Amino acid sequence: MTAQKALSIEDKLYRDRFKVDEEPHLWIKDPKMCLKCPFNFVCIRVCPTDVYKWEENRITITYDACVECGACRIACYDVGWKNPKGGFGISYKYG
Amino acid sequence: MADKFDSVVVGAGPAGIAAAYTMAKAGLNVLVLEKGERPGAKNMFGGVIFRHQTEKIAPEFWKTAPVERHVVEYQYWFLSKDSHLLLSHRNQRFNDRYNAFTVHRAKFDPWFAKLAEDAGATIINRTTADDVIKENGKIIGVKTERGDVLADVVVAGDGVNSMLSKQAGLREEIPPNAVVLAVKEVLALPKQKIEERFNLKPDEGIAALLVGWGPGMHAGFMYTNRDTISLGIGVSIRDLDKSGQRPNILMEQFKNHPSIAPLIQDTELKEYSAHLIPEGGYDYVSRIYTDGMLVAGDAAMLVNAINWEGTNLAMTSGIIAGETIIEAKKRNDYSSRTLANYKRRLEQSFVLKDLRKYREIPTFFSSNPYFFTLYPETLNELAYMWHVVDDDTKAAKMKELKSTLFKRRSRLGLARDLYHIWRLFS
Repeated sequence: MTAQKALSIEDKLYRDRFKVDEEPHLWIKDPKMCLKCPFNFVCIRVCPTDVYKWEENRITITYDACVECGACRIACYDVGWKNPKGGFGISYKYG
Repeated sequence: MADKFDSVVVGAGPAGIAAAYTMAKAGLNVLVLEKGERPGAKNMFGGVIFRHQTEKIAPEFWKTAPVERHVVEYQYWFLSKDSHLLLSHRNQRFNDRYNAFTVHRAKFDPWFAKLAEDAGATIINRTTADDVIKENGKIIGVKTERGDVLADVVVAGDGVNSMLSKQAGLREEIPPNAVVLAVKEVLALPKQKIEERFNLKPDEGIAALLVGWGPGMHAGFMYTNRDTISLGIGVSIRDLDKSGQRPNILMEQFKNHPSIAPLIQDTELKEYSAHLIPEGGYDYVSRIYTDGMLVAGDAAMLVNAINWEGTNLAMTSGIIAGETIIEAKKRNDYSSRTLANYKRRLEQSFVLKDLRKYREIPTFFSSNPYFFTLYPETLNELAYMWHVVDDDTKAAKMKELKSTLFKRRSRLGLARDLYHIWRLFS
């Protein structure tokens, strides 16, 4: 029996359908707080689609890969989160 | 479009649609706002919808609704690293009287929403309503990108991340221990193969809960659909944070478990999704009514995590919200005094009665994680020892089993756990 091939997040998200808005629906409220992040970068760790990355002393947000679960919002109060504009964002075919 | 509605419902999920349907059928002027491009576009669950509550809106719905399979078997898997112990219940009575159906929400929800539309409600998709309009401390409508919508009562059916409850001041942020991140994959497999692998007849399905495969309070779930399998994991945000594991890595580990991998072999990934489940129970149910607004379904944190029920609580809360508003319209009083009937009726129904009964369970399990680690592991060890044939006498084997068990958990600890479980459920 062959082992199931592990898929990367990118491979997985390729299956999902997104309509990307020009305006981000995620942001960091106070980027200075990230420099001394008290939560050990929990936003990066809990996100199921790797939206958050630490690059050049700041958190970067690939909001177009967001499936709008809200995990980051619960995990860290410095995450700004709102629903994408109507019709934008993830659009599940199965759900 | 009317300037003002009897009710504006935000969110075309099971709660919102149940409310909209109930009110529209009674002749109220109802508007439903859905942020997705169609109902269900943002929704994900395990999962199943339940016959009993769904039939309150659509008798014999399975004849026309896009359901996948009716559940004939419930499976409980206790996993260790390389083994499993399986407890399952299959019953032909689930064929005679359906109990639950697996569905894909992106297919079921539009069908369900159509019922409300046919009853006279107006549904507008692609419209996000993230804030309420207040006048003299009373909620009189919602703000959308397309403009303000006024209504006598707002029904917030806007899901676990309910922006409306927050804006209305009905709840604070949910604490990380009261909410579970569910990650799910929809895996395609031909219909016949599903039926072979799970020993099913056409239209029959299984619902499975799996514990014991990871660190802390984790649970896996597996549901068979017509020609797909819904497979996923749930981890509280707190435990996910503590474990230091990434959700997708946990998902991959789960899929590669030697007991799971053969079931999903040669499947094709169709969709990867994630959603929060408000599993905190009774003590985390937010305030669910205020002047001019009711909160229903996940937005009100109405999920029974013990019995894996959610859509039925959502539909029931939606129906009761609708009936409360119909009554409020008769009295022409939309203040919290009248709308408090909603909470009262939920307290009298299974919705809050069940959650109240289980109120200590979420805290109990999260402070006693060995129910998800030590016990599944030990059960597997004992099962293995019991089945291995060698020259040991059965008496010696029993002695070894007992000593293995008590080495892992003391007699006192074991007695205490049993007592707690008994007390929690009785």
